[in-house]
Amino acid sequence: MTTEAHRATEAIWRIESARLIAGLARVVGDIGTAEELAQDALVAALEQWPTEGVPERPGAWLMGTARHRAYDLIRRRKTLELKHEEIGRELERTQERADLDTAIEEDVGDDLLGLIFMACHPVLARDARVALTLRVLGGLTTDEIARAFLVPVSTIAQRIVRAKRTLAEAHVRFEIPSGPERVARLASVLEVIYLIFNEGYSATAGADWVRPALCEDALRLGRITAELISTEPEVHGLVALMEIQASRLGARVGPTGEPILLLDQDRARWDRLLIRRGLTALDRAERLGGALGPYALQAAIAACHARATTAGETDWPRIVALYDAVAQLAPSPVVELNRAVAIGMAFGPAAGLDLVDALAGEPSLKSYHLLPAVRGDLLRRLGRSQEAGAEFLRAASLTENVPERDLLHRRAAECARERMTG
Amino acid sequence: MRVLIMAKEGEQSAAATPPTPEAMAEYQKFNDELVKAGVVLEAGRLYPSSQSKRVRFDGKKRTVIDGPFAETKELVAGYWLWQVRSIDEALEWLKRAPYDGGTFEVRQVLEYEGM
Repeated sequence: MTTEAHRATEAIWRIESARLIAGLARVVGDIGTAEELAQDALVAALEQWPTEGVPERPGAWLMGTARHRAYDLIRRRKTLELKHEEIGRELERTQERADLDTAIEEDVGDDLLGLIFMACHPVLARDARVALTLRVLGGLTTDEIARAFLVPVSTIAQRIVRAKRTLAEAHVRFEIPSGPERVARLASVLEVIYLIFNEGYSATAGADWVRPALCEDALRLGRITAELISTEPEVHGLVALMEIQASRLGARVGPTGEPILLLDQDRARWDRLLIRRGLTALDRAERLGGALGPYALQAAIAACHARATTAGETDWPRIVALYDAVAQLAPSPVVELNRAVAIGMAFGPAAGLDLVDALAGEPSLKSYHLLPAVRGDLLRRLGRSQEAGAEFLRAASLTENVPERDLLHRRAAECARERMTG
Repeated sequence: MRVLIMAKEGEQSAAATPPTPEAMAEYQKFNDELVKAGVVLEAGRLYPSSQSKRVRFDGKKRTVIDGPFAETKELVAGYWLWQVRSIDEALEWLKRAPYDGGTFEVRQVLEYEGM
């Protein structure tokens, strides 16, 4: 019974913590204090619920408990601040209490949005934004985040502490930005969610090629954000991209954990439900009008693959056109590399190789393993097995992910065999 | 993880009494909350078992049996497919559903074989 109540409490925490922290952050102004207050309420729940039973409305109970602590805190702060302004004090306190009550009873949507914008504030380093978002919005423990990113628990704990301090020192306000600032802030939010997704989708390090739980966390954060800011096409674009990519999770890993590349995947194993959800989200982005943004364009590319029953039916010219659009909107060497792959498929390996070779001197791709991997692929299709093999070996030396490295070694070995027999 | 929530067909749904507008509104509110939390992947309601059929396999033989079926408590009337982090999370969400009768079954979906 006791463990059951404990498990129930933890599950309730996962459901309620973001709303709780958001409601409190709006009132107290900073994530650190809000999280401490919410944690205190959790501790109280863990003490009381196993003996007294879980209340009928556990979320309201947690909020009520945290709210009392927030009152105390504000009163203490005020006492310090207003030592010499005794007259105004009683008035202030009454006003604070009224504000607090409204803040907590109003629609939680705006609070959650404020918390998302705060946790993903550009003043924070990417790593810090990711950790803080998973912690306060995803409801993950520091241990769980550390495990997901294969780093020591202390590293994540420090990252979160520092992030909160940075936010406080930069006087980042709890707000929903508007105007030109909103565009940049929203971009940062979407970037954080996609970073989380990608770490699960193609882990940069470790023994597993994919970590589906992290993809699911990112998808849920994306879906939550899309419901909160339903008029922003790019939010739906990002959700569409993640849903369609996640539809391939079961197909992109072989029986022994080895990666299976997109064109070699058994498409019968793609998750039709996620594809359908992704196409619906893409449709929502398109219906909102205007030119598609980078995420929606990438989702449209993913949709081209999803719609092709076999790899041979892929509409490569359309994919090239979509990559052209991405390259115009958000030019980057990685986009150029992807465009080169699509051109190699649409117009032959020689055309693709010209583009890849043009990227050879690009400093940001110097240690990017997919550059030699793509080059190897194109060379192999041109029958230049020896050069291809060398490229695959170079790619293998550049990745920290074990299954991916093994795959690249296998491809190098295949090239060596082709050279012997060919 | 994914869980399948199955609403069991009770005496009420077997009697095919349509839900009141208030009950529908309550349900809608709950479902909206689930969608906003990114939990719902799919949801559906099924026709009563009087309109259903069963196919029984016995070696090479196939027998089609027409509904309704007697074991009402075991029949599925509706379903949800949810994405949650644990069975406990699913249970906590389910406890909040605005129902005052019936039984719901929670089953984890087998996923990502070979990972």
